[in-house]
Amino acid sequence: MSEDVKKFLYVNRKAPYGTIYAQESLEVVLIGAAFDQDVEMAFLDDGVFQLTKNQDTKGVGLKNFSPTFRALGDYEVTKLYVEQESLDERGLTLDDLQDIQYEDEDDDWAEKPSIRVVSRAEMGKIMANQDVVLSF
Amino acid sequence: MKFGIVVSEGPYTHQASDTAYNFVKAALAKGHEVARVFFYHDGVNVGTRLSVPPQDDRQIQAQWTALAKEHDLDLVICIAAAQRRGLLDENEAERQGKDANNIAEGFRISGLGQLIEMGIQADRTITFGD
Repeated sequence: MSEDVKKFLYVNRKAPYGTIYAQESLEVVLIGAAFDQDVEMAFLDDGVFQLTKNQDTKGVGLKNFSPTFRALGDYEVTKLYVEQESLDERGLTLDDLQDIQYEDEDDDWAEKPSIRVVSRAEMGKIMANQDVVLSF
Repeated sequence: MKFGIVVSEGPYTHQASDTAYNFVKAALAKGHEVARVFFYHDGVNVGTRLSVPPQDDRQIQAQWTALAKEHDLDLVICIAAAQRRGLLDENEAERQGKDANNIAEGFRISGLGQLIEMGIQADRTITFGD
């Protein structure tokens, strides 16, 4: 890795449609992908709702941007950390989340899950290991 | 130390732009460098020159403009966030067929790439927001 590559973590803490944070976070991630940095995303608190499947936004008149998460693998964003405690507190399980996959170029392009459920303690370590943490 | 600053909440509604301003001022006074201040989400509203706060209140936009002039700061407003919220410079107003622009002196409108670039260049990136 060259000196100019930093580890970026985008932390998503808010539900997808009540405020604009989730959508504008995703915009940063997609633009940032062009900079060849090491990019990971974290979902905690109400941010775990961003990844739920079968989102339907017709009733609120907002664009459903949840399919974009499934395209992140093409942008080399392959690690989406989801906090176990945040899921538990909201009565959610991994089954409630979208099946998001990426193709592992180091393993004959095998399809692998991007979502990694981690504990709150592990999430702390992941954050401590970053160069730049942007929280949304 | 070279700092990168993100302001992600709107002026007057939220403390973020005030705290960021005081932080930047203090950091510069201590001899640190501020690579850039990036205004995102409702933070872009700091950069309108059309705000007219009461005279006995702090003048948030004017403070930033003065600080930028004094220290040659790079105050960048995110274009995507700005377009949603009605923040335009002369070029954008013309390009979008709008009859006015409102960006304040000392601010410039640019892309999200400037946020990433700031994160790469700065030793520390600090977000002021919720």
